[in-house]
Amino acid sequence: MKKWQDNKAWFMVIPVFLVVAVSAILPLMTVVNYSLQDIFGPDQRVFVGIEWYQEALTDPRLHAALKRQLLFSSLVLLIEIPLGILIALMMPKRGWAASLSLVLVALPLLIPWNVIGTIWIIFMRPDIGLLGAAINGLGIPFDHTAAPFDAWVTVLMMEVWHWTPLVVLLAYAGLQAIPEAYFQAARIDGASTWATFRYIQLPKMRGVLTIAVLLRFMDSFLIYAEPFVLTGGGPGNSTTFLSIYLVKLAVGQFDLGPAAAFSMIYFLIALLFCWLFYQALLKVGTGDKS
Amino acid sequence: MAMVIQNVSKRVANECHIDDISLQLEPGTFNVLLGRTLSGKTSLMRLLAGLDKPTQGRILMNGRDLTGVPVRKRDVAMVYQQFINYPSMSVYQNIASPLRLAKVAAAEIDRKVREVAEMLRIDNLLERLPVELSGGQQQRTAIARALVKDAELLLLDEPLVNLDYKLREELRAEMREIFKRRDSIVVYATTEPPEALALGGNTAVLYEGRLEQFGPTVEVYQHPQTSRIAQAFSDPAMNIVAGTVDAGSLRLGEARQVPLQQHLRGLAPGNYRFGMRANHLQLQRNSAADIEFQTSIGLAEISGSETFVHVVHNGDAWTVQQPGIHQYQLDQQLQVYVDPARLYVFDLTDQLVVSPDNASRQLT
Repeated sequence: MKKWQDNKAWFMVIPVFLVVAVSAILPLMTVVNYSLQDIFGPDQRVFVGIEWYQEALTDPRLHAALKRQLLFSSLVLLIEIPLGILIALMMPKRGWAASLSLVLVALPLLIPWNVIGTIWIIFMRPDIGLLGAAINGLGIPFDHTAAPFDAWVTVLMMEVWHWTPLVVLLAYAGLQAIPEAYFQAARIDGASTWATFRYIQLPKMRGVLTIAVLLRFMDSFLIYAEPFVLTGGGPGNSTTFLSIYLVKLAVGQFDLGPAAAFSMIYFLIALLFCWLFYQALLKVGTGDKS
Repeated sequence: MAMVIQNVSKRVANECHIDDISLQLEPGTFNVLLGRTLSGKTSLMRLLAGLDKPTQGRILMNGRDLTGVPVRKRDVAMVYQQFINYPSMSVYQNIASPLRLAKVAAAEIDRKVREVAEMLRIDNLLERLPVELSGGQQQRTAIARALVKDAELLLLDEPLVNLDYKLREELRAEMREIFKRRDSIVVYATTEPPEALALGGNTAVLYEGRLEQFGPTVEVYQHPQTSRIAQAFSDPAMNIVAGTVDAGSLRLGEARQVPLQQHLRGLAPGNYRFGMRANHLQLQRNSAADIEFQTSIGLAEISGSETFVHVVHNGDAWTVQQPGIHQYQLDQQLQVYVDPARLYVFDLTDQLVVSPDNASRQLT
């Protein structure tokens, strides 16, 4: 067979290639560039090797931010995944009620992140906020601008309120895709509701839950907007997660070198965790022990 | 002792899914529900299983009224068109699951699981997960799970539909053997007449939610009470032609008159509808008695090693089943022959008047 060649194909590929290069590859290379140099001005730069990496890796504030970040992401997954599945299980399966509940559940996803921040700041205000004032009214002092624990609770609630709907939608789609015959078979076998969940619904949702866990981990690991709008990482450093710290370093202190090195490390950590999750989730429930 | 279905109807909203069906199924029998899609096979099975409650009528098992009893309290097993197994359990655990729920002793479970697995030839796959099996093996596992329960009632809802041709033939032949040795009432739904004939036992023909005819499969095939049953229980559908009987002679469609012979001899003068199976229409004359029709070809399709020639005679569309592979031109003229001894005769109200005399002929 004669091999067919036509260089016109390049015209199809080049635009995408350019967009990806400009939007992703070039900025990434710039960061790599910054992370290896000390930059004093447009024409003054010194190659410093891995010095910035060493500095970033030994920075105690970064270690603290990483610990905070891991705790936060774990809490997010532990709350959002079971809660999302639970809500999805309770939602009506068909009819107008199904459409209505889908719209209601999806509402938080439609709100821009800065609006969400503002809503929650007002909602949680100890003097006039609906929830904040109610908690204080019960005799429990609550102020997210003063108490680190209260700030944490608020950020977690924002995150859960904003993103659990995504898990619900994914889980709901997974549940809807299970053929009715499975439930019939379970009824005929005399399986309990729990057994039906454990042996039919949960294994059948594996695929979508894998995606949900990955998305929620990645997103919560990179969380910036919520703590930034709420307290800017405070009170103190209590809600200074990795991205908040990174922005402080790069924009606040203009330490571009260490910030670039830190970005690379941050990127690799996120990638590493996603890979670990992916590998683990591929094997869970398949009986594969290797 | 048997399962008795008394005047059972099922309506959902304003749609009638099952219309006044009465049926008696004996233990140890194999019963085929034959009907096309939406004829009520699955609806009837759901009522038999107790997944749905009939709108009217009663279902009795060994004299006990089961009508309102939920499925959990019944002794039923079911196999579906889709391959339904617990995804996270191994084949062994899948087969064992009904027994575990019934709290059978572990040693007994082990013995039964291995016995059934061996019968279905999946005993070498016990440690695998369903996703690691082929379609045929998955369905074997589902059948094993249904069999291991030893339920009074075993329902199979088009279990072979999603398998490829070879696997289907293989599993169908095995199933006939497996079910022969059981005391359960087996109910098997299918849309395919050849499958009903291959499986034997009894056949119930369903049409639009009604039971048209129930009896031994061969009996229903040879003596369909109406032309509708004959068309349903015939693949391709039975060809119908209008004809007139007049003073000892018969005229079918546009064909020449022939004398009445054999099983047709007793026909009173009048108008009838005559049924001819596709495999009884021939493209060459085999005897002087054959009736000849002038037809034109609409389409010829090849099915396996046969050709289905779709022809039109006097406005009626027929199908001729011809052995071997042949090609035809559209609108080509073609002579089609039928042996009058093969004719089914229905009156104008669609009731069977007389069917071919099978005592002297082989069933084909």
